[in-house]
Amino acid sequence: MSSKRSGPMIIAVLVLAMLILHQDNWFWTDGTLVFGFIPVGLFYHACLSVAASVVWYLATKIAWPVELIEETKAAMQQDVKEGAE
Amino acid sequence: MSFGPSFLLLAQAAGGPAESAYHPGLPQLIIILVYLGLLLGLGMFSSRLFSGTREDYQAASHSIGPFLLLMSIFGTTMTAFALVGSSGQAYKEGIGVYGMLASSSGIIHSLCFFLIGVKVWSFARRHGYTTQIEFFRDRLDSDFLGLLMFPILVGLVIPYLLVGVISGGVVVQALTSGLAPDWTWFQVFRDNGQPNPALHGGVPPWLGSMVICMVVLVYVFFGGMRGTTWANTFQTIVFMILGVITFFVIAQRLGKQDGLMANLRLLGESVPENYATRNEMSKSLFFTYLLIPLSVGMFPHLFQHWMTAKSAKAFKVPVIFHPVFIMIVWVPCVLVGIWAQGSLMPSMPPKPSLEAANSILPFLVKTQTGPILGGFLAAGILAAIMSSLDSQFLCLGTIFNNDIVLHYSRKDRFSDRQQVLFTRLFIIAIVAVTYVISLILGPKSSVFALGVWCFSGFSALFPIIFAALYWRNLTTAGAISGVFAAIISWAVLFYNATSQGNLGDFHLMLPIGGSTYEIMPVVVMFFSSLITMVVVSMVTPKPKPETLAKFFG
Repeated sequence: MSSKRSGPMIIAVLVLAMLILHQDNWFWTDGTLVFGFIPVGLFYHACLSVAASVVWYLATKIAWPVELIEETKAAMQQDVKEGAE
Repeated sequence: MSFGPSFLLLAQAAGGPAESAYHPGLPQLIIILVYLGLLLGLGMFSSRLFSGTREDYQAASHSIGPFLLLMSIFGTTMTAFALVGSSGQAYKEGIGVYGMLASSSGIIHSLCFFLIGVKVWSFARRHGYTTQIEFFRDRLDSDFLGLLMFPILVGLVIPYLLVGVISGGVVVQALTSGLAPDWTWFQVFRDNGQPNPALHGGVPPWLGSMVICMVVLVYVFFGGMRGTTWANTFQTIVFMILGVITFFVIAQRLGKQDGLMANLRLLGESVPENYATRNEMSKSLFFTYLLIPLSVGMFPHLFQHWMTAKSAKAFKVPVIFHPVFIMIVWVPCVLVGIWAQGSLMPSMPPKPSLEAANSILPFLVKTQTGPILGGFLAAGILAAIMSSLDSQFLCLGTIFNNDIVLHYSRKDRFSDRQQVLFTRLFIIAIVAVTYVISLILGPKSSVFALGVWCFSGFSALFPIIFAALYWRNLTTAGAISGVFAAIISWAVLFYNATSQGNLGDFHLMLPIGGSTYEIMPVVVMFFSSLITMVVVSMVTPKPKPETLAKFFG
């Protein structure tokens, strides 16, 4: 599966992008009110929080450490078997 | 994060409790007591499911599903700062506080849950760890590393505990003022001998802190990790809902318009430009603050919460929803904070000074709403405080039992039942010691400024846990020297900050290309630890092949 290799890479790029976008010098002195009440600098960072949730949702889909988890499950089942014996 | 002095200054700002048909302070006290009673009931009920084993007491038998894991992790990472500090810092510095503290945490906390949480959970389930020290000792084949980490982790958690215990007592006093002005212990006078109206007659901090400690102790003692997780979940729901309700009520009272949007628009337009922008915020400080949320990767109490997960799949929900949950709590609080600087804010009674910024939310509740909402807000603030305290008490008790008593005793010397008893006894001792220290320091203590220093210390240790999980070539000497570098740099900077009398706002100046940039001290601590760890690991003997096989396959 190509997503096995590319998934973590995509998430790494997206997280890096979020960290870069976090430093929003472009809205630093902008006091525009979005929807007439929320300063654009605050609105932008609230959107970044939502974007973070979306990226992390994507991470659970394409970059979840399935192999590690399977190995852990197998090891735990082995322990249970040995305990029963 | 100075909650204590802020609440003490609330007295001058609020000008006393709002007049009402109720006996002053009584509705708040009743709501607080009912809330604490509910927590006790929850803790006692959860103890009925206790199986009697150490694993059940310390890690809820790894039975916690996605929802409870989300709520307990969120409640543990959010302290009183989530409600009171967020609005206070916005009142002081404007909207920039959200980007600096909240959106950065949304990205980085989930990154830590994803990169560190899932992996340590896997190793812990395979090899039977409950504490960080057990993992480090095994991964790096070093008893000394365990002994080194023990005082450091305990030393970094205790000031964090003190902030919660002292804040709790001060919050209860400020929000129950007027309750018993004739009782000697409840009286608070100013230097001129006049009663201090917002504190006079309120439950004294020593009593409030003691009751909070006792309630947390009872549900942690009987319920263990299961009780803690249930209580955290309940408390997280409480402070999230109360935060949003407070936002809507304050918007209505300050805006005085028909309809929410009309109020929001009017309030938005009333905010001065400096508070709706980041004109006065340092860009380099904002940038370097990004390292602070990495601290969650090394919080020992969070590590123990990760161990409770039923499966790796349970981590998905906290990883996804943590950033949005932060937004739900923080955005309303930040808006309330900047509104308080706006032209719609009543001029009387006078607003808190910027030094007392953290009192702005209780001030607004006290002057703009009634005692019932005041009581609920007090419960919400206590919920945020206690949902961190419980995990920290349990975690320290577990570390003492597992990493000291058990590790240095003959194998199978103690039964599960005895180990649960030891953990409980250690928890009692830690609660008692923390409470006594809180009394010695008192509500005016500068211990509150230690919060960011604790976080910086944990962030400085982040490279060690990350390398232990992902870098085969990390050596024992590399890890030990990295820990020393983190702690020595922390101590040197801390000494500099205290000798300048500037613990709360201590920053470093970094000259680059003719310009000078303000940076957070955590930058020096983090890179000292990282560089030392990497360099020493490259020149010291590699880990044993069997250790590498155990952790890297």
